[in-house]
Amino acid sequence: MATVQDTEVRDPAARASDAVEELRDMQGEKMVLNMGPSHPATHGVLRIVLELDGELITKADPDVGYLHRGDEKIAENMTYTQFIPYTDRLDYLAPLANNVAYALAVEKLLGIEKNLPPRCQYIRVICCELARISSHLLGLGAFGLDLGAVTVFLLTFTEREKIYNLCESLAGARFTTSYTRIGGVSRDTPPGWCDAVRTFLNEVVVNIAEMETLLTRNRIWVDRTRDVGVIPKDVAIDYGLSGPNLRGSGVDYDLRKAQPYLCYRDLQFDVPLGSVGDCYDRYLVRMEEMRQSVRILHQCLDKIPGGADNKTKEPVNVADGKIVLPAKDKVMSGMEELIHQFILVTQGMNVPPGEIYFGHENPKGELGFYIHSRGGGTPYRLKIRSPSFVNLSILSHLLPGHMMSDVTAILGSLDFVMGECDR
Amino acid sequence: MSALDLAKQLKAKFGDVLSEPAGFRGEITIKLTNAERIAEVCEFARKELGFDYLVDISSLDNYGEDPRWTVVYHLRSLANGCELRVKADVSEEKSELPTVIGVWRTANWHEREIYDMMGIRFRGHPDLRRILMWEGYPYFPLRKDFPLAGKPTQIPEVAFTQVAPLEGGPFVTAPGGKDAIEREPRVRTPEG
Repeated sequence: MATVQDTEVRDPAARASDAVEELRDMQGEKMVLNMGPSHPATHGVLRIVLELDGELITKADPDVGYLHRGDEKIAENMTYTQFIPYTDRLDYLAPLANNVAYALAVEKLLGIEKNLPPRCQYIRVICCELARISSHLLGLGAFGLDLGAVTVFLLTFTEREKIYNLCESLAGARFTTSYTRIGGVSRDTPPGWCDAVRTFLNEVVVNIAEMETLLTRNRIWVDRTRDVGVIPKDVAIDYGLSGPNLRGSGVDYDLRKAQPYLCYRDLQFDVPLGSVGDCYDRYLVRMEEMRQSVRILHQCLDKIPGGADNKTKEPVNVADGKIVLPAKDKVMSGMEELIHQFILVTQGMNVPPGEIYFGHENPKGELGFYIHSRGGGTPYRLKIRSPSFVNLSILSHLLPGHMMSDVTAILGSLDFVMGECDR
Repeated sequence: MSALDLAKQLKAKFGDVLSEPAGFRGEITIKLTNAERIAEVCEFARKELGFDYLVDISSLDNYGEDPRWTVVYHLRSLANGCELRVKADVSEEKSELPTVIGVWRTANWHEREIYDMMGIRFRGHPDLRRILMWEGYPYFPLRKDFPLAGKPTQIPEVAFTQVAPLEGGPFVTAPGGKDAIEREPRVRTPEG
């Protein structure tokens, strides 16, 4: 039996007017979007809770701590030397620079930072600048990747691989180097290492130039980064930004110039500054910092005391048996060395009571250690001032007013690492 | 203008509220006798003395002493490079002091971290939530009476510790303990 059904199809004009009504209801309705903690553009485990009005961000609440391991608590329970491997895991893209920062902080507390042998200072500067190039290569590569420039990432990873090979022959590990010791470095540079660094420097400048041709005047790149995420000078200072993010906003402050440590006073380099403080400026600052690092490295390799392979046997550790472990052959033959070795390994060095703060110009910004000692071999309190943590705190101020698609650009330009942020 | 001169100016302005500036390893520390006035002191340091950059805020647990907490502020002037450390003691009963967000906005996350780790509250903070630990975590892990291995919470244990390969040293895991708290690595006395 057939049935007849009446259906009413309204004319297009009426339907369109209905749709407008529905859209009007949706306007002004906010949507909450959860970005992360596992999202390719958040470079780790950062979670941002975004409140959106259409594509416009109206509120942003970054949520950190997914990688919290309690490094500061751990530090209170071990000797100063035992904490060195933990510093590798702060900014794990620049472990060599973290090692140097931590060693310098403890040396400041001991009051021996002026006694560091010149060769040790040069080796440490080489480490810091290699780490800076490595970190910026990854930072810019990932920044490019987030905005669709995949080729840049492949280029920078090839170069970074070379740096890891250098790390491996220097410290024995590619990633977690733990290269410095309190009062020196774990070993001198291996034979031929300085020449390998020089070869690398000649190769990396070619690749930096190639990266530049891919990005700096790329129309898409410029459109997506220029005037996006603008941080004015005063806001950057107010939020305590540091490193390339602070200098991208045009604030001329670099700890290597402001409070020269190691042998930075003897080296010539320029500090690049941004003018607007947008993502594009931060990109340009990092690009130029790599070139300046290459410049510093060339000077270091030319001036390093003892020459490339240390023909004149320059020391690399301070001559104090109560701080630096004695040579292995002496431990087995000398009474005093044996005692020093025993005390250093079981109790740690005797650090005077007092407190210091040491800030180091790390690739990501100012990595600072505040150490409060009550004497003895373990710190009473060790606070890590991590640049990524402080740099990220500006997000809830910076993101509102931007489009959703700008979030990846802003995150990429801030260049943070969660291992360091969450500690 | 050195950091010591600026510290003396600060002392001249606030008198008995501040201790005499003390130096160690080239750094100047000044101590507040009344933590309630920290915001005022910081405001003056920023506006009049040019300390425009707050490097860090950290905290100390002087366990077994009174007052129990010390909050440590690291101030810097970007213009002349001077640095000053301002410390304020807070008693355990009170565990509260005014926020300095009104002076530097970067204080926001530093103060949240101190609240999270030590349980010191900052009066006037607009958003005093936990930051590194999760919302609802019941303890303050950087306190000296909190064990290194942690304490059990409602959330089941994901990570676990096992006996370290080199047992018996001064800073390694002790073998045999029933739970993680007994086995945890710590400074051990020969008899303990």
